[in-house]
Amino acid sequence: MTTTTPTTEDEKAAFLAKLKAYEGRTYGPPMRGPDPVNQAMIRHWVEAIGDENPVYVDPDAAARSVHGGIVAPPVSLQAWVMRGFRPAASATSDVQDEIMSLLNGAGFTSVVATNCEQEYFKELHVGTHLSTTTTVESISEEKATGLGVGHFLTTLVRYTDEHDDLVATMRFRILKFKPGTGRSATQAKTDAEPATRPPRPRPAVTQDNAFFFEGAQQHKLLIQRCSSCGRLRHPPGPACPSCRSYDWDTVEASGKATVYSFVVNHYPQVPSFDYPLAVGLFELEEGTRLVANFVGVEPDAIEVGMPVQVEFVEHDAELTLPAFRPVQVTA
Amino acid sequence: MTFNATGLRYDDVDVGDELPPLDLPLTRSLIVATAIASRDYQDVHHDPGLAQERGSKDIFMNILSTNGFVGRFVTDWAGPDAVLKKVSIRLGAPNYPGDTMRMTGSVTKKADGLVEVAVRGANGLGDHVSGTVTLELPRD
Repeated sequence: MTTTTPTTEDEKAAFLAKLKAYEGRTYGPPMRGPDPVNQAMIRHWVEAIGDENPVYVDPDAAARSVHGGIVAPPVSLQAWVMRGFRPAASATSDVQDEIMSLLNGAGFTSVVATNCEQEYFKELHVGTHLSTTTTVESISEEKATGLGVGHFLTTLVRYTDEHDDLVATMRFRILKFKPGTGRSATQAKTDAEPATRPPRPRPAVTQDNAFFFEGAQQHKLLIQRCSSCGRLRHPPGPACPSCRSYDWDTVEASGKATVYSFVVNHYPQVPSFDYPLAVGLFELEEGTRLVANFVGVEPDAIEVGMPVQVEFVEHDAELTLPAFRPVQVTA
Repeated sequence: MTFNATGLRYDDVDVGDELPPLDLPLTRSLIVATAIASRDYQDVHHDPGLAQERGSKDIFMNILSTNGFVGRFVTDWAGPDAVLKKVSIRLGAPNYPGDTMRMTGSVTKKADGLVEVAVRGANGLGDHVSGTVTLELPRD
């Protein structure tokens, strides 16, 4: 396919007319899920999601509930008709392929799902065997979005059971867009500025480093120490790099340090942080180094070698982290 | 948050009620396990190398799993006798491994045995998901 990007108003109108011709069309014959709703697949789903609702796995609890027996989570709707790891060649539809190659050929090669609306009319009881029919509901004119210039494609999927009863509908909207045509990251951020900013991302706490974060919570800066050879180490790990011992304890640092190195982040901006964001590599007087933020100093006033002292910043109820403030050197 | 085994009745719920928040650590295992449990074998949900080739910084959670967590978040609060009627979500920032998604929600409408809950799941990049869930609760 050698279509090029429509640029003039006439070309855009002609392209849109081609797309609009697909509205109301159906993606091939109905597709039937490989298996009826069954306990084994429900169990895989609820285990992965961590859903402890007994009506999905406990026959007695399910029988006592309003559901009257084991059901699948209604939000698992799509899983019952997924094509799987090795889809049959017949699992694609001509109409879908045609729309995609039309859009891809015009440069709208990237795709992102933007909306999903599911409405449920019957429950997914064990034994329900779903089939789907997908219809193109609408294809939008060209839109400028934060991600890029593109067309929204909205499909309506009807889920029916083995009796041809309507079980659910799903309206699914994707944006097919031209990569690299979005508003600048700064602009997109302004548009999407949340009313309250999200909490600072949680650290990945492991059994090796939990002491560090628990210490910070109590305003203590702890360093891991090998109990066999006494060597201090950071970041925390299971074994001593010197003597390979697995035995360790911790010592509390004085909090006196110097700036070993630092970086000032400007981009990309994450809503939980203030920018420009200075991040330091601090060398403690005990000898280990750690990464932390600065407090009480503008990024352009930071210098390598600067003496600093630890403080503890309570980001929220669950998260306190060390940060370092420059200290005035008295002559 | 744990599952509300007793369950809510329609009369227990008022507009403005807040759902107990759910903090979901987005481990790599969780993203892969939920993708496979939903029979979604697209490589961007389990293969970091191929995800990067396709322009994503890492693997990311699939939409079926997002729906799964939205459903769980609401029924964790509402209990075993809740029947979901409608789930309408808008998708935003991807759920990448290493991040945490905090799910919050509140009751926005109540009429004729049906309750509408506004739901939001935010990660370090912003809102991953926002939307509404309509559920039926027992009335007696």
